[in-house]
Amino acid sequence: MAGEPVVQGSLRNRLVLILIGGAAVLAVFLFLAVRSYAVQVAQRGQDNILLASVTSMLDAASFRDGVAEVDIPYAAFSMLNTPADDRVFYAIYQDSDFLSGYADLTPLAIPSGGEASFRTLQYRDTSVREVTATRTLIGAGQRADIQIALAQTQDALSDTLDQISRNAAFMGLGFFALAAALSFWATQATIGPLNKLTTSVTRRGPQDLSPFAKPVPQEMAPLVSSLNSLMGRLDQSLSQSEDFIAEAAHRVRTPLATVRSYAEATLLRVDKEENREAMRSMVKAIDESSRAAGQLLDHAMITFRADHLEREDLDLVELVRDLVQRLTPVAEMKDLSFVLRGDDTAPYAGDPILLQNALRNMIDNAMKYSPADSTIDIAVRSDPSLEISVFDQGPGFPLDEMETLTSRFIRGRNADNTIGSGLGLTIAQDVATAHGGTIKLHNREEGGACVTLSL
Amino acid sequence: MRNFIALVFICVASLAWAQEWEDRRIFNDGADGAQLRVLSSTDTNLFAPLIEAYVLANPDVSIEYLVTGTADIDQLFRQAPDDFDVVISSAMDLQLKLVNDGYGNALEDVVHPDWAQWRQSLFAFTTEPAAIVINTDAFDGLTVPNSRQELIGLLRARPDVFAGKVGTYDIRRSGLGYLFATQDSRASETYWRLMEVMGGLDVKLYCCSGDMIDDLTDGTIAVAYNVLGSYAEARVEAGDRFMILDLSDFETTMMRTAFVARQSRQPTEAAEFLQAIVADQTDVSSDKDTPLPRLAQAGERGAIPLDPATMTFLDSLKRKKFLEEWQDALIQE
Repeated sequence: MAGEPVVQGSLRNRLVLILIGGAAVLAVFLFLAVRSYAVQVAQRGQDNILLASVTSMLDAASFRDGVAEVDIPYAAFSMLNTPADDRVFYAIYQDSDFLSGYADLTPLAIPSGGEASFRTLQYRDTSVREVTATRTLIGAGQRADIQIALAQTQDALSDTLDQISRNAAFMGLGFFALAAALSFWATQATIGPLNKLTTSVTRRGPQDLSPFAKPVPQEMAPLVSSLNSLMGRLDQSLSQSEDFIAEAAHRVRTPLATVRSYAEATLLRVDKEENREAMRSMVKAIDESSRAAGQLLDHAMITFRADHLEREDLDLVELVRDLVQRLTPVAEMKDLSFVLRGDDTAPYAGDPILLQNALRNMIDNAMKYSPADSTIDIAVRSDPSLEISVFDQGPGFPLDEMETLTSRFIRGRNADNTIGSGLGLTIAQDVATAHGGTIKLHNREEGGACVTLSL
Repeated sequence: MRNFIALVFICVASLAWAQEWEDRRIFNDGADGAQLRVLSSTDTNLFAPLIEAYVLANPDVSIEYLVTGTADIDQLFRQAPDDFDVVISSAMDLQLKLVNDGYGNALEDVVHPDWAQWRQSLFAFTTEPAAIVINTDAFDGLTVPNSRQELIGLLRARPDVFAGKVGTYDIRRSGLGYLFATQDSRASETYWRLMEVMGGLDVKLYCCSGDMIDDLTDGTIAVAYNVLGSYAEARVEAGDRFMILDLSDFETTMMRTAFVARQSRQPTEAAEFLQAIVADQTDVSSDKDTPLPRLAQAGERGAIPLDPATMTFLDSLKRKKFLEEWQDALIQE
């Protein structure tokens, strides 16, 4: 009955995606930041060692016998030893004239401040870090600018960077995993109240249209208040229609009863046979109307109740017995008798009002079609499945109409001279369907119809 | 006439070629496979067992073994780096510089202790001390010195015995001699005093350990300073009459190193050869008899380290200065 909602996207997925996406972006950012910082630090480390080395070489420069010379200290190269056995190149210049070392290693221009300058360049077949520093030697009447370029390969540096990158990558991954777990948790925590609300809506009894009183998060307050106001309106309109049904039943039945009693009283006073006949027809018509009104209201009531089935534990045998007791006076007027057979008890959880209605209609039907002075058998059986059958000794159902008889306002062809609206079996059928059961019609071999309600 | 000139030219050229090598031998000649050219400073008789073991295991490889001095190796190889497959030398500083300059091939598969290799290209495979060897006949009646200090004292005290009878490397010609000298000078000032004393005794200068030991054997000299211990030991075992001094002050220890040339034409075979040599020389459990000393175990002996500092004395300014000082001390005209 309820239409499937049109689903587009998922709040949970969207939330998880946004959070995880954000975490991924942050993790990548973290990785890049750590790595670039590590590159700076590692490069600064190598630069410092290169500078120390070149400074110690410059310190060893001096004039000897009027010639500038550089007596490279052993430690200058010693301190350049790295775990990756980096290669070392150097070139010593005096006033731009090459003195010693690798002639193809060109020094950098030194800024006027006299500080050492660094660069990374491609030298021979590899990438090297080069430092250039100068020192001005002043001797007796002499002056020379000693310029030393010192270069070292970056194998150890790149090993270190690889290691740091790996660690940074692990760190980023760990951060991401943690953030992902947190985002799942956060999503769960956010969606939780929504699920709780859904559960509490689903679990409500059919008649429970009271507003939701449990606390909900602020964001869900508008939803809950709209839901509450919707249920309020629904409750109101339902009670209105119930009132209407009761009112209608009352208003139609009471005047009909009054008219009927007048008609009967009149019948007693009328002598003329043709007038009496007319009056009898009138009473019959009033009966028919009264019954039809009753059935119409029953049907409306059943349609309403079936949507909000209110099950309670009851004993079907007792229910039938009650019903039989109540109908016995009417049956006696037609010289009919009831026979109740079957189990002593038949416990069942169902809507008593609906079931009563259905059974009454079934028995009514049987009474209507039974010839005078016959018996109506009612059998209640609880094993293997719950079944209540009503047998009569009437003409039985016309074979070709069995299918359509339970439809609304359809009466059998042979019902011309009986009172009815054609709703009796329909009501029984609706009640059976509401309880998840069926109505079966068949004719007995020895004559008569049988209606079985299985639940 | 023109033919004659050409002939002379060819003769001179081939003579010049022939003269370049102290020794030249082809092992497993005529094998189908690759021929490796090994440039080495190690005497053939000391190295031959290693090569023979290798060609026995690899019968399709032949090896041309070329021997020359350490300084020549450096020069020859720099001139024609694509002419040789494996370079073996005892001059660690020159070898280091060759690899530093990018002539070596990195062999990632070779497992070797970190202190005995550089850039996974240069592999040390022997540990050999520089030795002071004396002729026992000449020392008849003299106290055998126990330290350099005592040696200096003895040399000073008996110029009558030692004048013209002391030999050492001519470090201008020998790369290994230069390495030993520079390392000695770093270790102690006694080096310079010893050199001055030797200079006063009209020292004889040699290109190589072999020649020095030859002269020591026939009594031309009584003391040889800084000869290769391995050569001397080999000769002692052969029954020559001299003695290796066991000095208490310090010992300069060298490691013989090898690398595969980057421009080698058979890099795979060269790498396999080098790996085999290194493995033979490192494996202490091996009972293979090699005349060369094996590589020391870690921490056993402090050899000259394989690190860039060892190249320091190769700087031309520094070398010039060192040679000047050495000449001043040793060659006193």
